[in-house]
Amino acid sequence: MSAAAVHTRTIYTWEVRKLAAQKRTYIGLACALLVPLIFIVSLLADDGSPEGVPFADTVRETGLTIPLVGLFFGAFWFFPLVTALVAGDIVAAEDGHGTLKTILTRSADRWQIFVAKVLAALTYSFGALVLFVLVSTVLGGIFWGFDPLVSLSGTEISMGRSLLLVGGATLAYALPIFAVTSIAILLSTTTKNSAAAVVTTLMLSLIMQLLGIVSALDFLRPYLLPQQFNAWQGLLREPIDWGPIVRAAWVSALYGIPCLAWAFAHFLRRDVTGG
Amino acid sequence: MTAAIEARGLVKRYGELTAVDHVDLTVRSGDVYGYLGPNGAGKTTSLRMLLGLIRPDEGSAKLFGHDPLVEGARALDGVAGFVEAPRFYPYLSARKNLELVAALDGGDAKDRIEDALETVDLTGRQHDKVRGYSHGMKQRLGIAGALLRDPRLLLLDEPTTGLDPAGMRDMRALVHRLAEDGLTVLLSSHLMSEVEDLCDRVAIVTRGRVVYEGALDELIATTAGRYDVRTTDDAEAALIARRARGIRGVTVSRAGLSLEGDETAVAHLTLDLAQAGIGLRALVPRTATLEELFFRMTEGSADAEAPALVPA
Repeated sequence: MSAAAVHTRTIYTWEVRKLAAQKRTYIGLACALLVPLIFIVSLLADDGSPEGVPFADTVRETGLTIPLVGLFFGAFWFFPLVTALVAGDIVAAEDGHGTLKTILTRSADRWQIFVAKVLAALTYSFGALVLFVLVSTVLGGIFWGFDPLVSLSGTEISMGRSLLLVGGATLAYALPIFAVTSIAILLSTTTKNSAAAVVTTLMLSLIMQLLGIVSALDFLRPYLLPQQFNAWQGLLREPIDWGPIVRAAWVSALYGIPCLAWAFAHFLRRDVTGG
Repeated sequence: MTAAIEARGLVKRYGELTAVDHVDLTVRSGDVYGYLGPNGAGKTTSLRMLLGLIRPDEGSAKLFGHDPLVEGARALDGVAGFVEAPRFYPYLSARKNLELVAALDGGDAKDRIEDALETVDLTGRQHDKVRGYSHGMKQRLGIAGALLRDPRLLLLDEPTTGLDPAGMRDMRALVHRLAEDGLTVLLSSHLMSEVEDLCDRVAIVTRGRVVYEGALDELIATTAGRYDVRTTDDAEAALIARRARGIRGVTVSRAGLSLEGDETAVAHLTLDLAQAGIGLRALVPRTATLEELFFRMTEGSADAEAPALVPA
């Protein structure tokens, strides 16, 4: 790697600006706005509560439960899809447009382009998650108030701490999201096909969920990504159970880092023949 | 002085196919260099290797002494251009696209956007999305993108392909202007007239191999020395020509004589003919056009044809 003439931050800024100029970016973000709305409308329209879901019993007691229940449901397909929509496209779109040769014949090194793309995809994934949680929290608060949460251990948590824990849950949730982002980037880099990368990422996520419900494969469940999407629940226990969070961190890293390393090596050495 | 481009033994294989087969190229600073070959001859693959977009299976390429595969983007300092059609982000305006590539160039590239747009006559359409651009406008935008780098070496791959006659004329005029400004230009093309019009040195490539590399006028000169002659008495003139010093290959046909010799020998022959009372109706030097040479070298057995001219 040579000393760069262009700062990676500059390339990252342009990657984000490119995302901001594309419609697909807003499809995911619009979903992050709409899904909480739909959930809230369904709660308002019906007296029932979701079953087998954390905070189901207290879902109408405080608006702060809304983002948490939303996070639980979002793990099934929503967040993997929103993440894959952009991360699966971020390199493949350059192949599709033939623009990889355009940006690789300037003064930025390949590694910088790759790093900027990874950071932009992670920014988007995290941004969509934060938007989802913010919208859920605000709308939940408007309809059911900002009252303290009752922890999963049955104890009441103060308002300030409740908000802090919702923030913490968001960060914990970001761990497997980053892993899904990394898988999508690998597929985007190696398949050079946006649709293939997005669909395959989603399929892998669904396959892991299926594996997680096969009782004969119980030993595997702690190491599957869908399980890590529930790690945040450890924060909502009294005392806090850090075990699932720590596991989510290393299991997500176990998926994410090799995928990124593979994608990085591939991107650095690949022939740019299209366009 | 370091060559602008120095490629040695470039090879690129795709399975059974050898797209580029031990290509050597030397483009000196200030050259307007034509890289001429039929479609599928390996020109674009060679250009991609020069720019570090493709890894050669063998050989190396250096731009001003720097290898892009070893030194990365730093080796492309002062180098710009495009391979195949220039590509931009269709969802961004031309202006935004140029701002983006200028950001990837760093330095004062951004300050050159106005001038570059003006040079390619796109100032009035700079805020339109590239999605709505015609092929010709995209080609011009490609040149604008290249100019942002304030290049010393410009690599252009078939820059007039797909352009209408006016667009081709404008593009050639632009390349002329840039060359006059002192830029080294490597122009890949399959259009003989374009290369003849713009270039002073050429490489002719076929089936992945360079069959000629050198000055264009030297290439043309390799076919000089043959003359078509018509006289008042061709049969007698042929007898005199066969005896004349320095004259070879005399043939007679209904159209007249055909013979080989240098200018001095031919001048003496005209005097001999005059002394013999034979009038000269026509004396026409016969040189092959680039197009004839190109077909001679690229059609049939390239291996057999190439050494008869100038070794590549």
